[in-house]
Amino acid sequence: MNAIVARGLRKSFGETLVLDGIDLTVPDGTVFSLLGPNGAGKTTTVQILSTLIHADSGDVRIAGHDLTRDPDGVRAAIGVTGQFSAVDVVLTGQENLELMGELYRMGRRGARRRATELLERFDLADAAGRPASAYSGGMQRRLDLAMSLVGAPRVIFLDEPTTGLDPRSRHTMWGIVRDLVAQGTTIFLTTQYLDEADELAQRIAVLDHGRIVAEGTPSELKRLVPGGHVRLRFTTVTALDHAAGRLADATRDDEQLTLDIPSDGGVASVKDVLNQLESVDVASFSVRTPDLDDVFFALTGRQEVAEVQR
Amino acid sequence: MSVIESTIMLRRDFKHSVRNSGTLFAALFFPVIMLLMFVYVFGGAFSAGGTYLNYVVPGILVLTMGYSTSQTAVTVATDVTQGVMNRFRTMAISRGSVLTGQLLGSVLRTIVSTVAVLLVALLMGFEPHAGLGGWLGALGMSVLLVVGMTWVGVAFGLWVKSPSGAAFAAFPLVFLPYISSAFAPPTTMPGPMRAFADVQPMTPVIESIRGLMTGTPVGDHVLAAVIWWVVIGVAAYLWARRLFGRDPVR
Repeated sequence: MNAIVARGLRKSFGETLVLDGIDLTVPDGTVFSLLGPNGAGKTTTVQILSTLIHADSGDVRIAGHDLTRDPDGVRAAIGVTGQFSAVDVVLTGQENLELMGELYRMGRRGARRRATELLERFDLADAAGRPASAYSGGMQRRLDLAMSLVGAPRVIFLDEPTTGLDPRSRHTMWGIVRDLVAQGTTIFLTTQYLDEADELAQRIAVLDHGRIVAEGTPSELKRLVPGGHVRLRFTTVTALDHAAGRLADATRDDEQLTLDIPSDGGVASVKDVLNQLESVDVASFSVRTPDLDDVFFALTGRQEVAEVQR
Repeated sequence: MSVIESTIMLRRDFKHSVRNSGTLFAALFFPVIMLLMFVYVFGGAFSAGGTYLNYVVPGILVLTMGYSTSQTAVTVATDVTQGVMNRFRTMAISRGSVLTGQLLGSVLRTIVSTVAVLLVALLMGFEPHAGLGGWLGALGMSVLLVVGMTWVGVAFGLWVKSPSGAAFAAFPLVFLPYISSAFAPPTTMPGPMRAFADVQPMTPVIESIRGLMTGTPVGDHVLAAVIWWVVIGVAAYLWARRLFGRDPVR
């Protein structure tokens, strides 16, 4: 079964084409990551799939419900955590969760029980009675996600869940995502962080200017780019010349005084390179295997994801 | 529209009112200050027939209602900016209940502050001559006005999307009573201002409430007030619903 199937999704805001016919298939119980730079259309995609805005055209089924004909069916099956935490800052953490529980018709007692359970799970029990306005950014995000989980949704949309979080909160969030998947929930995650998609997702779609430019498993995507290399850095042009003379297939950079030699990064091939160098004076040495930065660069010819990340 | 969901939303709104007690206090404090100022500072200079206190109290009550309902615009806009509205939009609940909760909350808040201001007025010596019918009539007129103004506030809150913008957009609700018959009869005003005071929607409401409470002649003010506020209320409600139903583009 597929949790999400979207075909030919298009959306314009006025003159600006934001989504130019995208297709998505997300199998049940997996993490699917939509990866792309700011302005690629990630948030718009989530807003359409989560019934918040209408697509101009395209067919979508989520958890078996048609998005256009049965939006309430979709709404009952999903949980949404947007880019900015949508918590009621006047209410306490406990009250925010109870509000959700009551709206899911759990009754006041059921809502209270569910709230307590989620506060424990998200490490918010100590802050349960404090108004959400007193929460840190990471705590508000966790509360926000907890609110989306009150109704035990089958499909969860996470729109850039870790943007703006410190590394520790980021890892906490990753742990939560893994737990959810382990329980059989399907997760649709957007991110501009390549390592995040690599870390969490079974499948990744790369979105650029409203089009999906590549889709596959993290390792399939990495195969799309030229292989890795060994990079040698020298202190003098003479040393660079010497080394370049010995290594036929190397690419030299006279400005940086570096030499890139294609390599799979394995011990044997690295050894081979070093053997050929013999007595040439090498200042530093590094092995690079392709990562998703390279994938994005190879697909779009632009470096902007990498720039956003650093 | 679901009654249970509306009740849940109302309870949320109630918690907000209690915790933002500053807002509630301002909604009380401000009209009482105006009442004291108009009666004891300017009051001696006016001659509106009868005691000035009896003349001005109905206007102050309408001012209270305007001030209180204008806060709803801010409440709604805050929900929009904080993303709470969008969270509700992605849940399988009746969309009407979100707005109904705001409406009921606003009506209750306004009743509390209006009754409190009325009590202060009675302590100051306000002498209503209304019988049961008059009180009921004044109450009915007030509810009509408050519901109408609240829908205007809700629509403004959804329209402008930022709390500070909402406070500004809802300014007419607070300001209109000043250029009406609230503090002085329009006959005492210069030409253009008098013309405005005569035709604007607050004057017939104030004249009706004043008449019903203190026995001054109401003429066709009641009819004018009902027409004005039914039309404004329905139009603002439809506008609010449309704004809430449309795609929230950021």
